[in-house]
Amino acid sequence: MKIADRIQQIPPSGIRKFFEMVIGMDDVISLGVGEPDFVTPWSIREACIYSLEKGYTSYTSNWGLRELRDELSLQMESDYGIYYNPEDQILVTTGVSEAIDLCSRAIVNPRDEVIVVEPCYVSYNPCIVLAGGKPVPVSTSISNDFKVTPEQIKEKITKKTKAIIFNYPNNPTGAVMRKKELEEIADVIVEYDLIAISDEVYDRLTYEGRHTCFASLNGMQDRTILLNGFSKSYAMTGWRIGYALGTPKIIGAMLKVHQYTMLCAPITAQMAAIDALKNGKENVTEMVQEYDRRRRLIVKGLNDLGLDCFEPRGAFYAFPSIKNTGMTSKEFAEGLLKEQKVAVVPGDVFGKSGSGFVRCAYAVSRNEIKEALRRIGNFLQG
Amino acid sequence: MKEEKILKILEDDARVGAGDIATMIGASESQVKKSIEKLEKEDIIRRYKTIINWDKVGKEYVYAMIEVKITPERGAGYDAIAERIAKFTEVISVRLISGDHDLSLLVKGQTMKDVAFFVAEKIAPLEQIQSTVTHFILRTYKEGGDILYGKEEPKRLAITL
Repeated sequence: MKIADRIQQIPPSGIRKFFEMVIGMDDVISLGVGEPDFVTPWSIREACIYSLEKGYTSYTSNWGLRELRDELSLQMESDYGIYYNPEDQILVTTGVSEAIDLCSRAIVNPRDEVIVVEPCYVSYNPCIVLAGGKPVPVSTSISNDFKVTPEQIKEKITKKTKAIIFNYPNNPTGAVMRKKELEEIADVIVEYDLIAISDEVYDRLTYEGRHTCFASLNGMQDRTILLNGFSKSYAMTGWRIGYALGTPKIIGAMLKVHQYTMLCAPITAQMAAIDALKNGKENVTEMVQEYDRRRRLIVKGLNDLGLDCFEPRGAFYAFPSIKNTGMTSKEFAEGLLKEQKVAVVPGDVFGKSGSGFVRCAYAVSRNEIKEALRRIGNFLQG
Repeated sequence: MKEEKILKILEDDARVGAGDIATMIGASESQVKKSIEKLEKEDIIRRYKTIINWDKVGKEYVYAMIEVKITPERGAGYDAIAERIAKFTEVISVRLISGDHDLSLLVKGQTMKDVAFFVAEKIAPLEQIQSTVTHFILRTYKEGGDILYGKEEPKRLAITL
């Protein structure tokens, strides 16, 4: 049996062995988890149970339930002042993951280039490759707070550049970009006629200041595919529910792929998502406040240990530099796991520019953070 | 604003140290200590208690909710009688509530008999009291925001990207 060439282009996961090591161990404190430690708020779960009792078990429209799209439209207007028509500008997907795949397939022609701002979430590159395109990395650096600059983007633009994908607040660095900085990126997008794919799944998890929605910038709504979901904000990772917003043309193209590959997002998750939008605000605020407290604890703790930690202003990750230990990210992560049973993710998993860093998720309890810091301290001394 | 943040943290966990609170709210340790002292002095922080699941200790106290109907006094309303009832150490809480009775008490005793006699001898005979109804508490599922039974275990994988 011969595997398709396209699949062979995708490198095997570099940290599978590491995953397996973690799974086989007891008493591990894992700062390696990219999801909330909160369980989905009860009111959301309860709404889903009720919908099952009522017999909501069918397919929905390919677009997603109209009520959910209406709620999303309202929310975008009230949060960011931009209007998306629920009729043809909003597509409900099975998580942002599906949406990344859909938009890659909807816009990429063979050999088209897509600029990927790194370090970044691990599925952007493979999705672009699967769509026949070529990912072109742009490396952000700690010296610029992991923000991407117009110059860096321009350097990578060729005749084949079709789009750029970025994610702020960022996984794995926790970096955010302010309005003015994003406006400079918007200028480049206009100048070179690019499509922006903005993954804003951590938008609500912004500390100090407000999140700027990229599509809300002047002229950007028609050039942006905006991706978001319920996983991080509402602690709903396992529900697999997200959405894509954009022009009728692009969303229509994504719908074509979606209807033949996914048909629709699960109705149970859609029913839950409606409740999240209607009643979940207070829960989100409480969770964000708690993340903020943990964020400050872990950042100070890591810095106190001598691991240079950039101050994350969004998401729930700290991204300390481990360069002064003399170890590579992988050596550090494996050593820390073996010797002190703390799991962190080596930064180079998220792109070359992540090497020399490790990702520590602070979506764990404060006690676990303190214990993890204590163990990291032991590791550094040992 | 800062004080509210301190209170929120302490309300959830009274044992968090001033140093950690300072880190979490972005203030200095001495500022936090000063604020806490002030809050204690102003009686905003009354005291630090512990939520205990006594069922697990095997030491079983008996708790009862008592509904009390009252004839309010001229000039004093419900205050005088409520304050009087509140002085009994057996009474854990006293609340004035809306609905078909007036005061709701939480009473603690060693045995059901204790509680029943306490109500019969000390509460019911008071002049302003029209009637009492005693409900014994059989099990506490949630206390002070803490779920005591049926807590959910984490189900996350150890590593996800």
